[in-house]
Amino acid sequence: MTTPLVEMNDICLSFGGVRAVDHVSIDLNPGEVVGLLGHNGAGKSTLIKILSGAYRPDSGEIRINGEPVKIESPRDARRYNIETIYQTLALADNLDAASNLFLGREIVTPTGMLNDARMEAETRRIMARLNPNFKKLGVPVSALSGGQRQSVAIARAVYFNARILIMDEPTAALGVHETRMVADLIKELKAQGLGIFLISHDTREMLELCDRVSVMKNGRLIGTERVEDVTEDDILAMIIMGKKPERAA
Amino acid sequence: MSDIASTPPRGKGNIARALELDTRLLGMIGALVVVCLIFNFLTDGRFLTPRNLFNLTIQTVSVAIMATGMVFVIVTRHIDLSVGSVLATCSAVMAMTQTRWLPEALGLDIGNPAIFWITVIVGIATGIVIGALHGWLIGYLTIPAFIVTLGGLLVWRNVAWYITSGQTIGPLDASYMKLGGINGTLGVQWSWIVGLIACATALLALFSARRNKLTHDHPVKPLWAEFSLGALICGGILGFIAILNAYEVPAARLRRIFEARGETLPEGYTEGYGLPISVLLLIAIAIAMTIIARRTRLGRYIFAFGGNPDAAELSGINTRLLTVKIFVMMGILCAISAMVASARLANHSNDIGTLDELRVIAAAVIGGTALSGGVGTIHGAILGALIMQSLQSGMAMVGVDAPFQNIVVGMVLVIAVLVDILYRKRMGDRT
Repeated sequence: MTTPLVEMNDICLSFGGVRAVDHVSIDLNPGEVVGLLGHNGAGKSTLIKILSGAYRPDSGEIRINGEPVKIESPRDARRYNIETIYQTLALADNLDAASNLFLGREIVTPTGMLNDARMEAETRRIMARLNPNFKKLGVPVSALSGGQRQSVAIARAVYFNARILIMDEPTAALGVHETRMVADLIKELKAQGLGIFLISHDTREMLELCDRVSVMKNGRLIGTERVEDVTEDDILAMIIMGKKPERAA
Repeated sequence: MSDIASTPPRGKGNIARALELDTRLLGMIGALVVVCLIFNFLTDGRFLTPRNLFNLTIQTVSVAIMATGMVFVIVTRHIDLSVGSVLATCSAVMAMTQTRWLPEALGLDIGNPAIFWITVIVGIATGIVIGALHGWLIGYLTIPAFIVTLGGLLVWRNVAWYITSGQTIGPLDASYMKLGGINGTLGVQWSWIVGLIACATALLALFSARRNKLTHDHPVKPLWAEFSLGALICGGILGFIAILNAYEVPAARLRRIFEARGETLPEGYTEGYGLPISVLLLIAIAIAMTIIARRTRLGRYIFAFGGNPDAAELSGINTRLLTVKIFVMMGILCAISAMVASARLANHSNDIGTLDELRVIAAAVIGGTALSGGVGTIHGAILGALIMQSLQSGMAMVGVDAPFQNIVVGMVLVIAVLVDILYRKRMGDRT
């Protein structure tokens, strides 16, 4: 058995008196998609924000390729090639697509000045691959449609050779066609050997895209199951009642 | 690829679009022209004279320098209410340094050339320390900028008072006073040279921007538009120099200068003032701040933070340190403004910079900086400062009573924000 790409062991995080994440352990292998399911407030987003460096856990251990690591900021996470597409997209609305794509990792000229022309050319290149309809390069992203904004957020994660990708509700704001495109992209990235954590409310979509699903409720991990071992009803039972499927194990 | 940008939208404003001048900038220039024409009419032509325009320019410099820094502060959704008081503290420290501390403690003679440089360094260091303290309180201890700088408004005003025991400190060092305006100008010949260099630089910048766009297959505006824009810029620069050169040094003053050199004033000899050093300083700061805003990571992060603080944080930007940097820049600019303001008055007075926070914030806001963050330009803030100063000195020339002057300035600030809100709504801007 190969070493998992990511292991999060016994992670705890409280906000005030609330245990947002309560002794949760999950892992992710290269070329695997692991889905995180649960109600709003179950702790999924908090858990992945610990991995992406936005929150620091109270206790627990994170290993990347078997090595224990400390992820204390988004910058640390990026150093381990962890890229995140946030539910809120985390775009600066007043800047254009290229500025957002390269935010925090700008291409500069030898004199240290921003090389906007090159960043725009690179943006054009990656966009041609991800979303051929995307042509609005020189305008603030506030002027873009939901799908186009999503493309910018995805491009930002994909461009920098992520090895671990976190996608928090990547299709929530999208139409049918664009959702299809994101699903195809996930399959393509998975084939390239990336490990992907996917958060979604759409159980059917999760069963189609994921290899395993982990279900959380009230900050606890109810269980992690291989998708071929469970039915949609089993998963719903886990989400709603916090009940592990009986014939499993 | 980018079909949106290359096809000019039809309808009115086509010429402005081809020139890529933004309508908001045109509106502000229009407002300034209207204000000037109205006052010129009301004062029987005394407003638009070389002498008054010269004075208007040097009176604007101090507020305009701070306004460029206020753009960054407001773009990042902060505010700085303490700039007038920080200016006073920097001014007090520099006045004491050059007139008391250096001559008494180090035994430097009055007029020693080292005094100027030591004073400047001490002043800027003071600005950096105060700015860093504000930035640390705001960024790291997360106290709202409004509160930190409201406290600072009181603290620094009275630190200045304490340092000088409330006295007026002067006369200041002769080289230092050259920063004030009327006492330090380049003269006609050098002013033309600077003007021509500025024109050449502007044309070169236009040319290289176009070439850069072409090499990356970006759309460019038509050649006639480039040429018109270049002509417009050069005309503006040279016209400005011509006005400053046309303001002649009064005969009595010239006579004194010649007598000081042991010569007599030749019959019919005249000399123009030309470009004041303080204005040159403002232009240099404006260029530097514009480069920071548009061409550096720091500027990109400032605008990104203003557009979406969470996104900036999640992108790995050290937003706390960013806040410190912004307030340090503001502190440095306050120190430079303090030099210009005290040098112009030829001494440090206890009330220097009083109410400057209002003028500086008004200049930035009138200049199109959105209080909601993420939007603002350096040249806009300078234009805003010029509009404010024109209003104020125009009213003074017309003979409007002091209380009414302040009432009008206050109302203009509120109306400017209203106009800004309506403009953004019409443009469908979300910011």
